[in-house]
Amino acid sequence: MSNPVEIRDLTVSYRDKPALWDIDLSIPAGRLVAIIGPNGAGKSTLIKAVLGLAPVVAGTVSIFGAPYAERRRMVGYVPQRSSVDWDFPTHALDVVMMGAYGQLGWVKRPGKTQRELAMRCLEQVGMADLADRQISQLSGGQQQRVFLARALAQDAQLYFMDEPFVGVDAVTERAIVNLLRDLRARGKTVVCVHHDLDSAPEYFDWLALLNVRLIAAGPFEITFTSDNLRKTYGGTMGAAIRHIEHFEEDRRAGPMGLRSEDEVRC
Amino acid sequence: MLIELFTDYTLRNVALGSALLGIVSGALGCFAVLRRQGLLGDALAHAALPGICVAFLLTGSKAPLVLLIGAALAGWLATLLLLTVVRETRLSTDSALAIVLSTFFGFGIVLLTFISRSGSANQAGLDKFLFGQAATLVAEDVQTMGLLGAAALLILAALHKEFKLLAFDAEFAASLGFPARGLSVLLTSLIVIAIVIGLQTVGVVLMAAMLVGPAVAARQWTNRLGVMVMLAAVFGAASGVSGALISVSEANTPTGPVIILSLTVIVLGSLFFAPARGLVWDAIRRRQQRAERLSD
Repeated sequence: MSNPVEIRDLTVSYRDKPALWDIDLSIPAGRLVAIIGPNGAGKSTLIKAVLGLAPVVAGTVSIFGAPYAERRRMVGYVPQRSSVDWDFPTHALDVVMMGAYGQLGWVKRPGKTQRELAMRCLEQVGMADLADRQISQLSGGQQQRVFLARALAQDAQLYFMDEPFVGVDAVTERAIVNLLRDLRARGKTVVCVHHDLDSAPEYFDWLALLNVRLIAAGPFEITFTSDNLRKTYGGTMGAAIRHIEHFEEDRRAGPMGLRSEDEVRC
Repeated sequence: MLIELFTDYTLRNVALGSALLGIVSGALGCFAVLRRQGLLGDALAHAALPGICVAFLLTGSKAPLVLLIGAALAGWLATLLLLTVVRETRLSTDSALAIVLSTFFGFGIVLLTFISRSGSANQAGLDKFLFGQAATLVAEDVQTMGLLGAAALLILAALHKEFKLLAFDAEFAASLGFPARGLSVLLTSLIVIAIVIGLQTVGVVLMAAMLVGPAVAARQWTNRLGVMVMLAAVFGAASGVSGALISVSEANTPTGPVIILSLTVIVLGSLFFAPARGLVWDAIRRRQQRAERLSD
């Protein structure tokens, strides 16, 4: 079977400024992929371009060997939590059911089947007891889990998530990590925009470094190097480089290596 | 008066017409408000005025259908212009709305003055579209309004799920394959229908309040979109009918302002006294909390 994501010569531009320039990227199946780069690097734009939500100037994207329009039912999407108004008059279960709207098609209303599906998805993110809660009364982490449950209701093979870890509590962060691993164990592919270099190598196993152009892509062991990070962040981000040096130390120390420096600092 | 409602020809038309307007604008207004497009209705309503005048100048007819088509075309033109201005310039949406609104309305007033000076015997009464004059509704008007309103409500009911998704998360809707732009244009067209229905009863100047008011009031009482849409329709109909009847019984009061005043009573009542979101209960809860903390 073809790769879940196959991007060729992709250029995206808002007005006159290119947001993404000549991207070539193939993402293999069954991976947890982190897209990492500085602000304005085009991370969200990359996801939106794949989903047909950004103005593609040139290039092609194929999903499991076909254009996205023919593969919608195989793809799930978690937008940034801040992209919607959480004071909207609806409850958690209702939002999760929106994940099934695609399968339902036009006009048909969600019924018992969709309600049960949505309930199972809420259970998977540990939110079953809050199904009837008005969404503005959920914490940020709970809102994020509702969005994840909605994507689960899409019952997809490939998931795109835009900054799922931003502004969430520790419980939610654990829940998301477990969910990602569970999805990988079931053979799904997950592509996340991620901003935290510290947690990236722990949560993900495949990396795409992006700064308008694609800097590097591949398994962390190969791509997560200080050289690549310097290219991505333009050397302006000293912190990024320090992260990577820790990572390289860890690798020398073996998979279970302790970071003595960290221990002291904490 | 209640019995006259069913027997008196004028009163029946007035009550039916304003109830229809309230239901349609209340239900559609919910989606405009939730998409933060309350002002769009205002621009569309003001834009209808030159449309009415041009339709009259071109045909010399005051038949409701002719004038309504003129109003709808002008509203549609204003929408296109607005979307183009927002897309092609760096102006923000509210500035673009202000420009389109005042340009169309100014042009409408000029045309209205021109028509009234032209001295044609037929011209009297076009100015009723400014503030509404429900007493002039005839059965034919109410029929036209009923057909338009039924069509708009049917589409709204059929695409409830799609419009909900569009209002909550347009990008997610697009990712699922629902054409967000097309749905948005359709929703705006339905709002133009609501405005056209309100032209004779409320008039172009205050029409936006009929879209925004019932929705804002209804949101105070419920956290469910379906319930909100129903409640807004009820609030819209109640203020429409009560306002129109008051204005008809007081000879020659313009209907629009009276309807909007009745609506204001409902909106204020909801803002202050609705159980979960009302300001009064907010204040009481805060006071209780303060008292508890002091007693600790």
